Amino acid sequence: MAIYSKEEAKQILEKALSFSTADTCEINLNGSESGNIRYARNTVSTAGHRSNQNMTVQCSYGKKSGVATIDEFDDASLKKVVKRAEELAKLSPENPEFMEPLSQQEYLDSSTYSASTSKITPEFRAKVAASSIEPAAAKDVTAAGFLNDSAGFAAMMNSKGLFAYNESTSVNFTVTMRSNDGTGSGWVTRDFNDVDKFDAEEASQIAIDKALQSRNAKAIEPGKYTVILEPAASAQLLGNMFGSFNARRADEGRSFMSKEGGGTKLGEKIVDERVNLWSDPQHPDVPSAPWAGDGQARKKMSWLEGGVVKNLFYGRYWAKEKGVDPIPFPSNGIMDGGDASLEDMIKDTKKGILVTRLWYIRTVDPQTLLYTGLTRDGTFFIENGKIKHPVKNFRFNESPIIMLNNLETLGRQVRINGNLIPYMKVRDFTFTSLSDAV
Amino acid sequence: MKRRDFVQLAGLGAAGAMTVPSELMGKNVPVEALLDPGVDTAGKKVMADTALNTAKSLSATYADVRLGRYLNQYVFTREDKVQNVVNTESFGMGIRVIANGTWGFASTTDVSSDGIKKATEQAVAIAKANSKIQKEPVKLAPVKGYGEVSWKTPIKKDFKDVPVSEKVDLLLKANAKAMENGANFVNSALFMVNEQKYFASTEGSYIDQDVHRIWPTFGVTAIDREKGKFKSRQALSAPMGMGYEYMDGSASEKMSAPGDIKLYRNSYDMVEDAIMAAQQAKEMLSAKSVEPGKYDLVLEPNHLGLTIHESVGHPLELDRVLGYEANYAGTSFATLDKWKAGDFKYGSDIVNLVADKTQAGSLGAVGYDDEGVACKKWDLVRDGILVNYQAIRDQVHMIDQNESHGCCYSQSWNDVQFQRMPNVSLEPGTEKYSVSDMIKDVEKGIYIAGRGSYSIDQQRYNFQFGGTVFYEIKDGKIGPMLNDVAYQSNTQEFWNSCAKICDKDDYRMFGSFFDGKGQPSQISAVSHGSSTTRFDGVNVINTGRTI
Repeated sequence: MAIYSKEEAKQILEKALSFSTADTCEINLNGSESGNIRYARNTVSTAGHRSNQNMTVQCSYGKKSGVATIDEFDDASLKKVVKRAEELAKLSPENPEFMEPLSQQEYLDSSTYSASTSKITPEFRAKVAASSIEPAAAKDVTAAGFLNDSAGFAAMMNSKGLFAYNESTSVNFTVTMRSNDGTGSGWVTRDFNDVDKFDAEEASQIAIDKALQSRNAKAIEPGKYTVILEPAASAQLLGNMFGSFNARRADEGRSFMSKEGGGTKLGEKIVDERVNLWSDPQHPDVPSAPWAGDGQARKKMSWLEGGVVKNLFYGRYWAKEKGVDPIPFPSNGIMDGGDASLEDMIKDTKKGILVTRLWYIRTVDPQTLLYTGLTRDGTFFIENGKIKHPVKNFRFNESPIIMLNNLETLGRQVRINGNLIPYMKVRDFTFTSLSDAV
Repeated sequence: MKRRDFVQLAGLGAAGAMTVPSELMGKNVPVEALLDPGVDTAGKKVMADTALNTAKSLSATYADVRLGRYLNQYVFTREDKVQNVVNTESFGMGIRVIANGTWGFASTTDVSSDGIKKATEQAVAIAKANSKIQKEPVKLAPVKGYGEVSWKTPIKKDFKDVPVSEKVDLLLKANAKAMENGANFVNSALFMVNEQKYFASTEGSYIDQDVHRIWPTFGVTAIDREKGKFKSRQALSAPMGMGYEYMDGSASEKMSAPGDIKLYRNSYDMVEDAIMAAQQAKEMLSAKSVEPGKYDLVLEPNHLGLTIHESVGHPLELDRVLGYEANYAGTSFATLDKWKAGDFKYGSDIVNLVADKTQAGSLGAVGYDDEGVACKKWDLVRDGILVNYQAIRDQVHMIDQNESHGCCYSQSWNDVQFQRMPNVSLEPGTEKYSVSDMIKDVEKGIYIAGRGSYSIDQQRYNFQFGGTVFYEIKDGKIGPMLNDVAYQSNTQEFWNSCAKICDKDDYRMFGSFFDGKGQPSQISAVSHGSSTTRFDGVNVINTGRTI
């Protein structure tokens, strides 16, 4: 059994802590049960189940720390892991950036757990696969998909009296549908804490429709186009941009957030004033853990407001150096959307491209946050308010900063990989070459 | 924002977070534990036979067992500080079976007789459950049982015998030299891996292997605060299938290259490279921005290796071609009809690309793969024509062959094995021809060394690559350093523009330490050898932007 209740976790942690004689000791305890099914060529290829439990003990003498881990929690094992961490600490060099463990923090309530998700069976997974494979086969389409579900807990306790516990569940699903003539491809992604919100048939049908609609794509010239980015298309670019909200790197002068002549862009307007980006562990659509792994409390936090940089994240050491409050890296990102439906956005577009997703995204220049990658699995040409025909995939070279400065319209939000991202219409998105890939 | 792409790890520069992929972690152990010899082969055989016999008794038609002990040590530093020294050990058994014509897999850390039996039962139960929706029963290519055999990476110095303090001192010295030579920041790391793998199968093989790999690397950053600019220069090392002797910096393995840079073959001088990196990072801050257009590209092996990896290695993986990876990495342009035609021009006549799991010093070299097939070397592209793929026992029959290529791999005992890329390399030119000869023959070109940004589509047609350092070539002479260079091309067009390849004296290997594939994703390590090669008339774009 890899999942412990709050009380069980507390007892194990208290016992382990009682064996430590170091100056400070901090212990994290995690466990999860996860299952997956993978299918391709309209048949199941692999399936598996994994059970994990782990305890990580960090003991410190002054600024010298040692870490040891173990996956058995009987008294002898707990004694052994604490002793090992203490021995390693004594042998370690001093870490000048060492921070003492935190005392008890106030945490928000969590809603990351769903009993339904924790009860997923191998039969349910096989049914999900069948929900993709059967309708695909009926339309001369081939399905390849992956479903992963997990239920788990995280707990921590330290010698300063801090205790934290959170239970969570997740289900992640992706499926690629390819037309059997090899000219069309569609894709869809879904993720939830609560599997009751997941409809495998509905999701699979979207990917099948895209596969059929994207057949026999026409080539059009690369260049700057107005694009409607589905939330799955912009999510990773936004995530990459968010990576530069690290205060230390900005202060050190090696980030997009560093300013000419020194300092950071905190307080500066960097994108369109309609852009608001924030985090909230209690958002009902994207709930996340209310505490970070070092025990810091996560709360609602604004990163971009009216296009202005409101906050950067500060690790505890760097916050101390700079005399500010630490701000932990958030566990979700929420970008405000608008009222426009996708249909409205298409209707209002004279000439543009609808993009299902962007793929193989890599940094080209960290200075300007320039990224390259390609469109994939459903790219369509829009003319005079209507989808005209599928187009061949493009390679893009673009910066999310430029993208968010060229914002035209914001649409409704969709959950993507634990984040809430709106549909976006953006002008002058830079496509630099064509790809023959389907 | 949850998924941190572990490939960024290789960056170690401005863009990369210094986090170790969780797939690589095992239990943290004291350094002494790495020297523990572990279970002897007689003990391993008893455990393996328990699983094999249980599987047979449950009517499995095939079973294999991988008993793995993975010992890793990673050292991370920045400037004058040690950030982390990580020692990990992971031990357990993975059991794979075929029952009712379907694969089943389970793994366990409990290697008692009961624990092994239970895991085997679970693997058989999964196979039987999935057989109900199986439409393509597994068909294995024959392989002979090898009996009790062993193989070891031919290392000269085991990293486990070298004190951590010696490794830390080396990294800190490289950092200090970089700082003295104008770097503002430097992160450095040393990754060392030892896979102790015992494989047994119902075919009658008991294979004990001891595999070693090493990767020293760093990222040096120079900053112009006034202009708010920063540039990073990554290490020109290659991860290797070698022992700690790779860190010796032997003079005989150093090579001079255009732009007064030093390159390394089978031995790496980290301190020398760090000094050069700091100087070059500073130079990059004011180097001229490239004029976009068509150029003849002269690509150094430590750069070309990544292009080979993405545009040859991946598209010729048979499981991709067949559609098994469609939902993640994608499929391939190199479809079966192109191969069957026997005249598909993958590259120009001088292009010979070989797969090789036996190449000394390479990351992919082992004696036997993870399903007990003896490793070998075979052609993928010969005289420019596509001639073969990379395939394992359960798929090779789909290309009408009855012998596995021996390129099955799993990152851990805990994960199921599947087809992974062998070393894929470009054969050197047969005529005597050096890099300076090549430069002399170029009118308008760019010399590119080291890996940089890389991106390629899901069928491996369109790609874009950057590099570590770029130099202009004009009228047969090497010119100044360039900035903002990336080239875009199409795989077939690119390999058909291959005009000249330097001879074997220039041949060396590039490596990828954390190549990802599969769902759930697994990593593997692979090398790509080549000599410096010229590609004519390739489209170069300028990646500079003003915000």
